Amino acid sequence: MVAKAVETPNIGFDFSNHARNQFLGQRLQGVPKATSTGTTIVGVIFGGGDSGEEPGVCLGADTRATGGPIVADKNCEKIHYLTPQIRCCGAGTAADTEFVTNLISSNLELHALSQGRPARVVTAMTMLKQYLFRYQGHVGAHLVLGGVDVTGPQLFTVHAHGSTDKLPYVTMGSGSLAAMAVFESSFRENMKKEEAIALVARAIRSGIFNDLGSGSNVDVAVITKNGTEQLRNYEMPNERGIKSRNYKFRRGTTAWTKEAVRSLVVSEEIKSTSGAGKDQGGVEVKAVPTGAGAGGEEGMEIDS
Amino acid sequence: MELNGGSVVAMIGKDCVAIASDLRLGNQQVGIASNFDKVFPVNDKLYYGLPGLATDVYTLREHLRFRVNMYRMKEEREITPKTFTHLLSSTLYEKRFGPFFIEPVVAGLTTPTPLDPNPKPYISTMDTIGCITTPKDFAVAGTAADKLYGVAEGLWEPDLEPEDLFETISQTLLNAVDRDALSGWGAVVHIITHDKVITRTLRARMD
Repeated sequence: MVAKAVETPNIGFDFSNHARNQFLGQRLQGVPKATSTGTTIVGVIFGGGDSGEEPGVCLGADTRATGGPIVADKNCEKIHYLTPQIRCCGAGTAADTEFVTNLISSNLELHALSQGRPARVVTAMTMLKQYLFRYQGHVGAHLVLGGVDVTGPQLFTVHAHGSTDKLPYVTMGSGSLAAMAVFESSFRENMKKEEAIALVARAIRSGIFNDLGSGSNVDVAVITKNGTEQLRNYEMPNERGIKSRNYKFRRGTTAWTKEAVRSLVVSEEIKSTSGAGKDQGGVEVKAVPTGAGAGGEEGMEIDS
Repeated sequence: MELNGGSVVAMIGKDCVAIASDLRLGNQQVGIASNFDKVFPVNDKLYYGLPGLATDVYTLREHLRFRVNMYRMKEEREITPKTFTHLLSSTLYEKRFGPFFIEPVVAGLTTPTPLDPNPKPYISTMDTIGCITTPKDFAVAGTAADKLYGVAEGLWEPDLEPEDLFETISQTLLNAVDRDALSGWGAVVHIITHDKVITRTLRARMD
């Protein structure tokens, strides 16, 4: 008899709540807003030519995630891992960028193993665009995809509806105009690595300070054929000042009506007992006359 | 989300975490129950709160109970806060185009292992479709979320001892929900440390 699996594998999305949610959306003030990464994300190709340095890609992102007008996360990570030599910055609906990059990252690893060679950036781009087009833009992921493979450094943008562009410098997100202004005035071909990082940081800072949907810190990732450098919080131009007063409350300020304390087992000591009777330490063996043991008075002894 | 009301807040202290919720269940303006706890335990050191639509609170709680039991049976060990957060996130993203109306908050302590002998206390929150946020200070959700952000940002400080953390999180919750019509009607706080969990029901405004 073959036992049926308890958990049926659910591939893809589950639409069972959709009708109910439409109805609730009508009755109430509308459906809840998902976290979006307002965002400034950028990418730039550097090196090669007469710079004397290895060609590579430099990606940058801010670190603010918003839920409507509120900042949901002051330091989120928008540069997602795809493969050791490919990274993807995500703007749009935060859950979508996170899950789509995780999915394509897993598929790229399987693809690389089945093909016996490292995945190319165009492969990642094709997988992403075919997935996103299938969902007609409802998976709100706007991505800047960059990496280095056997064909050299590659930089793409992928829009939620499935269109892609291949460019030497790109910006995406609500802060893209602010960042592109910096790029259009200062980008040069064949920059050195330090120049590229400085340019990317400047572009992100421009988004952070001028765009309301972007903020907090600058994250940078530098990819060359020698490896990937992930510079988390490369710049932190918005550190909070030190609080001048202490706001701790006096203990006992809050009135409570009931308290339940659940003590947890912190450490357990197990004494092993082997053999019976004589071998146990601290146990005295006393002879007991027949009929005087447990149950003896009632006459329940077996050998009486 | 604004049908039943309710809010949850979690905070990190020194080797401890605290998670608290109000107790109101309503139908828009009408209050129905003042004993609707929204914080549930997964195991001794891991608790999670589910503010939002009450029917989804129950559905999600049972669904998670199933997933955690399967995990415990297959892995033969207790689930860690980080893994539970990702489990919850995947559960929510499955319903990406018809989501649960819940913004969960997770709070727990990770047991020390040889690879990670001094783990930091863990809190996380996510939106209705599972986008995880792992703050270093506090996590808020529910109808009073905006007010909770404000009060918590003002009152929280790092490395609070369990008793001080209790005061801070209680005052944060009580004062924020007092400014929210859809939350309140009582409050419960759980403080989780490595050797015990203290659960206190607070005396709150019942209007």
